[in-house]
Amino acid sequence: MFTAKDYAMPQSVEEAYEILTARKTNYIVAGCAWLRMGSRRINTAVDLSEVGLDFINDTGDAIEMGAMTSYRSVETSSLLQENFSGILSRAVASIIGIQFRNVVTVGGSVYSRFGFSDFLTPLMVLDTSVHMYKDGVLPLEEFMKMPYTKDILVKVSVKKAPVIASYQMFRNAEADFPIVNLALSKTDGRFKVAVGARPGRAVLAPETAGYLTRALEDFRNQKDPKALDENAAQAGKILGDEVGFGSNMRAAAWYREKIAKVLLKRAIREVEGC
Amino acid sequence: MLIHIVINGEKRKIHCGPDDMLMEVLRDAGYKSVKCGCDTTNCGLCTVWLDDKPVLSCSVPAMRCNNRNVTTLEGVQEEAALIGSLLVDEGADQCGFCSPGLIMNIIAMKRELKDPTEEEILHYLAGNLCRCTGYMSQLRAVKKYMGVEE
Repeated sequence: MFTAKDYAMPQSVEEAYEILTARKTNYIVAGCAWLRMGSRRINTAVDLSEVGLDFINDTGDAIEMGAMTSYRSVETSSLLQENFSGILSRAVASIIGIQFRNVVTVGGSVYSRFGFSDFLTPLMVLDTSVHMYKDGVLPLEEFMKMPYTKDILVKVSVKKAPVIASYQMFRNAEADFPIVNLALSKTDGRFKVAVGARPGRAVLAPETAGYLTRALEDFRNQKDPKALDENAAQAGKILGDEVGFGSNMRAAAWYREKIAKVLLKRAIREVEGC
Repeated sequence: MLIHIVINGEKRKIHCGPDDMLMEVLRDAGYKSVKCGCDTTNCGLCTVWLDDKPVLSCSVPAMRCNNRNVTTLEGVQEEAALIGSLLVDEGADQCGFCSPGLIMNIIAMKRELKDPTEEEILHYLAGNLCRCTGYMSQLRAVKKYMGVEE
């Protein structure tokens, strides 16, 4: 368990930031599901519950999720079920249980950039930006590479687009951590591929995506299902060379790589509608 | 630190520490149905409702519950007794340790879903682990309670 000497419930992000930066060991507490498993020593725990960051809004050209929005809200939101092929809602639906998802938050997971995240991988293949209080608006791809800084994630914004997307994951047991996961999106014929739970942080695979964009245009012109499988196999090879996989107690690197190739094939079939 | 919580409809003033979780605070206040079964935030035994939503009380800071409504198994005795007897009828109560959290989530499901399919039931209850009775007998009892048995 973490320890805290004081607990603050600020009423605005400005106030929260002031408290957060007042001392080195002041820390934002979100869903606490991961935090409680460690032994972090916090001076003042800063709770954003009363700041008004629990929302999923349609701004017209984007869908925004506040930092304190729960995974259960993401799962059941009709806005998110109807946009982005519903992959954000589906991706979080396999995480532990409903009681857990009512507690954990969008901000907690995106800020923490957990390697095992089911949520970050699909966000990576969409046009996602992260709104930080101090650092401003950052593309998620850039944010994923940044070290942790003392800042507050205010909201996550996903731009609307005519996108078809697929989220694939592999777990040993339902509701367990994913062993590896993969997301694929196609916007105006252009693909994006992301792989997560490698077990490191999710990364984009631009070479694989580039190959798919070129090859599948040819495929569509011919409409030959065999060619799709051949393309998927070739894309899998590129993915294996491009994305680094690692080993941990859940799976070995070679196993993750093999599974990722199967997930890629399934995702291609789903996105191509065959 | 002093917090004001409505527990099972009763206004309570409770002293808690800045790093106390709701689960511990509820137990200390006498609500012994709430237990910690796994210590890894995934077994569902500590399930209570926070403003009518089922949550894992082991990972909700007690301070966050100031001026909010908490419901534990002690507050839904009538429905709990009904589900308990349905579980017994199906032989789904070998040790009964996981029952409080399971029952809290079953009642939450009843309030949220109408005529759920088996798949929807399993999805809703996936976060309630049982390590001795088994899920098939529980599922039979749950289906009876939900009024969706074949």
